[in-house]
Amino acid sequence: MSWTNKHWGEIWSLAQVHLYLSLLPVLFGLILAIPLGWLACRSRMLRGFLLSVSGVLYTIPSLALVVVMPILLGTDILDPVNMIVTLTVYTIALLVRSVADALSAVPTEIIASATAMGFKPLRRFFTVELPLAIPVLVAGVRVATVANISLASIGALIGLGGLGQLFTDGFQRNFLTEVVVGVIACVLLAVLADTVLLMLGRIATPWARAVRR
Amino acid sequence: MNWFSAIGDFLSSSANWSGGDGIPIRLLQHLEYTALALVFAMLIGLPVGAVVGHTGRGGFLLVGLANYLRALPSVGLLVLAFLAIGLGLVPPLIALIILAVPPVLAGTYSGIASVEASVVDAARGVGMRWYQVLFGVEIPNALPLILGGIRSAALQVVATATIAAEVALGGLGRFIIDGYAEHTLDGYAQMAAGAVLVAVLALLVDGAFALVQRFAVSPGLRAHIQKSGGRT
Repeated sequence: MSWTNKHWGEIWSLAQVHLYLSLLPVLFGLILAIPLGWLACRSRMLRGFLLSVSGVLYTIPSLALVVVMPILLGTDILDPVNMIVTLTVYTIALLVRSVADALSAVPTEIIASATAMGFKPLRRFFTVELPLAIPVLVAGVRVATVANISLASIGALIGLGGLGQLFTDGFQRNFLTEVVVGVIACVLLAVLADTVLLMLGRIATPWARAVRR
Repeated sequence: MNWFSAIGDFLSSSANWSGGDGIPIRLLQHLEYTALALVFAMLIGLPVGAVVGHTGRGGFLLVGLANYLRALPSVGLLVLAFLAIGLGLVPPLIALIILAVPPVLAGTYSGIASVEASVVDAARGVGMRWYQVLFGVEIPNALPLILGGIRSAALQVVATATIAAEVALGGLGRFIIDGYAEHTLDGYAQMAAGAVLVAVLALLVDGAFALVQRFAVSPGLRAHIQKSGGRT
């Protein structure tokens, strides 16, 4: 406990790096997955193509992808961008399916009535289809977020910061407390992020609560 | 330096394909860790998932537990187990088993819980005992989802077994960890080559499981899934 008290500032700054490494990809991944998922839900052929590409991307191990990234991007091997792009790839791979499923689950009558009321496709997408897709979408984003927070710690093996540094450092110094603190901090971050997303999803879909009442 | 030719050089050099630290041995070690972790994860995940799915009790708790297990960082667990136990196969196995149990558990539970109630009722109605219902009806019907869970567990374990190299064991992770430790361009080429090998192995394992899934699933279910029904 005394170690934790003394190093509180250090743990906090590692946690911040960790959050930045794992949550920025969720944001980027979501922004890119929405148009891709929309395409996948529009055409059967594109759906098959996009989903199988996502499947293959998801198969590539994270440590492998993060190591190969400097070759693909021309970045430095210790650049945090490698981790961010790697996790963004996984997030897209995971969310394209969620977005496609969520959009296809929007009842056709609703889309038809929005069209009949004079909604142009773009406005209809952002004000009718996307909001109705939120519950399924949030479920996918939660899975991606928890996975990213857990995966980001692998970066420490090849010198990228984050809470994983507590593992490599504790390993080198044979210091159990540091590792335990790191594991607990990772799980706490994941649970916290998951809870925040759950609540955001609830706030964004007030109609779901209205029905229950 | 051209990365692609550097990786090609590493992979085509005959010296890297022989001896105790050559690619074939590392590949076999990698598969050994993967298989061991998967077997233990199945010994835990299959019965627990089947019992919870069959009785329908504790499903909510199980799904929550599986989700929070996924939040545990594998590298952290590995180092934790290593500092507590010491050298050997056990620490990485613990980390890999904890990684593999949630997908096996979730696949088995959701597979068995989603078997149509009318089918299970019919099985009970013709006088099948609980174990006949479980093994003769529920498990065969849930097989696509159960195998899907094992497949995704296998994929994650193959990808993560690289971390075993961090605690002085073998496997394909050796190339990545050793290459990083060198801090030279040659070392980075070795890292990248190791990464490519892991990715190829992951794709092969995934393909093998896709084949198993195809052949192990009952033809009746397959016809039902395809709906176009080629068989008559």
